[in-house]
Amino acid sequence: MKYIRDIGSYFMMLRQVFSRPTKASVLKNLIFKEINDLIINSLGIVVFISFFVGSVIAIQTALNMDNPLVPKSLIGFATRQSVLLEFAPTFISIIMAGKVGSFITSSIGSMRVTEQIDALEVMGINSLNYLVFPKIIALLFFPFIIVISMTVGIAGGWIAAVYGGFSSASDFASGLQEDFVPFHIVYAFLKTFVFAFILATVPSWQGYYMNGGALEVGKASTNSFVWTSVLIILANFIITQMLLS
Amino acid sequence: MIKVEDLHKSFGDEEVLKGISTTFEKGKTNIIIGQSGSGKTVFMKCLLGLFTPDKGKIIYGNKAIQDMDKDEKSDLRQQMGMLFQGGALFDSMNIEENVLFPLQMISKKSKSEMLDRVNEVLKRVNLVNVNKKLPAEISGGMQKRVAIARAIVNNPNYLFCDEPNSGLDPRTATVIDNLIQEITQEYDITTVVNTHDMNSVMEIGETIIFLKEGHLVWKGDKTQIFKTDNEAVTEFVYSSDLFKKIRIAQNIEDEKI
Repeated sequence: MKYIRDIGSYFMMLRQVFSRPTKASVLKNLIFKEINDLIINSLGIVVFISFFVGSVIAIQTALNMDNPLVPKSLIGFATRQSVLLEFAPTFISIIMAGKVGSFITSSIGSMRVTEQIDALEVMGINSLNYLVFPKIIALLFFPFIIVISMTVGIAGGWIAAVYGGFSSASDFASGLQEDFVPFHIVYAFLKTFVFAFILATVPSWQGYYMNGGALEVGKASTNSFVWTSVLIILANFIITQMLLS
Repeated sequence: MIKVEDLHKSFGDEEVLKGISTTFEKGKTNIIIGQSGSGKTVFMKCLLGLFTPDKGKIIYGNKAIQDMDKDEKSDLRQQMGMLFQGGALFDSMNIEENVLFPLQMISKKSKSEMLDRVNEVLKRVNLVNVNKKLPAEISGGMQKRVAIARAIVNNPNYLFCDEPNSGLDPRTATVIDNLIQEITQEYDITTVVNTHDMNSVMEIGETIIFLKEGHLVWKGDKTQIFKTDNEAVTEFVYSSDLFKKIRIAQNIEDEKI
């Protein structure tokens, strides 16, 4: 019963987010601030993780190829497919659920605890539009992070494979181009947009509707990470079934 | 003026407000007192429109808040100023931005005109040279004054204060009390203060209502509060150490006479 009520409350929140908009000049500044907080400030961790995971994919693939008949270009091919299809869009989204999701929940939750949300409402401001809408718009730039993750992940794989002596540069490059399906890029970005929406709204819901004090803010942040991750994984399964099966 | 008629509010099975009817007059500091759990905060949140009552009416001017559409409610809220218990200043904004915020959201004035108004209200609450500081960088008393400045920057018709003196030393508390009273008279607004601080009641209380377990059990002014026979009020008033000592002193004086 609680889950049904929560789902209902989530969709009612979405309706409120898109009604009674905040003044445009104020909204513009909020969106820029959110792009900085949610997108730009996440670049460092995304680049770091993407580089090393891309490298590990290339090394793992190379170490598991003990048949001399398998071409070395497979290392580049496997790195490209893993990074483009799953690692960059899905794995990075889950990392972002931890970083950005808990940031969103704790910042909105703290505003709830300290009555700042009540203050917004008393001023006649639609607090959900003011707090959540700029986050949704900012996370439309999430695919920008995923492009960087894809590029750095493949670059990491190339450096590990070539400088680790597992493959030549030309073999790796030809593997990258082998059986390339452009629709895979469409698929990756399509699911990135869905994940971005989940990343902006689920943690906001957790923070906005929490009750209690500082301890509950911590609990809400944990719940936010768990539920955002669960929904990303489920959405990933459904989109993959629909688009690639 | 705010008129409240037969107000009821429950949370689940628990009825917090049990039929409150009263009037808060314009140009006066109206005080709501009562023990913790008596329903003061819920009552105030109903007045602010943050909680929807289950039954009864809250009438602002000529119209009940329950009969207003979203735009009318939004317009009404822009006529309200609120001083929250903890100040509720926005942490990420400096003092100037905090006070500017309500103006920015509704006013069509130029930025320089808005900043002039911000400086005017900050000066009114005796705050200078703090514009660029963050809320965390100033004292609790100063935060309360900033919150008052933010509440009055839009020239509201209604000012609500929830426990304005909580966490303040007695001297700063008196400063805040006097400021609330001065502003009420200066702007000729309806002020509603929610408190359990008897010093505050004596300092600024013009009309006082007493809540007990969700009922309004007494209404009067600060001269009548010591003369009432209402047991709940007497018990509450004399639970304060200071007033207990005053009562003992009065009894001694009476015996001498």
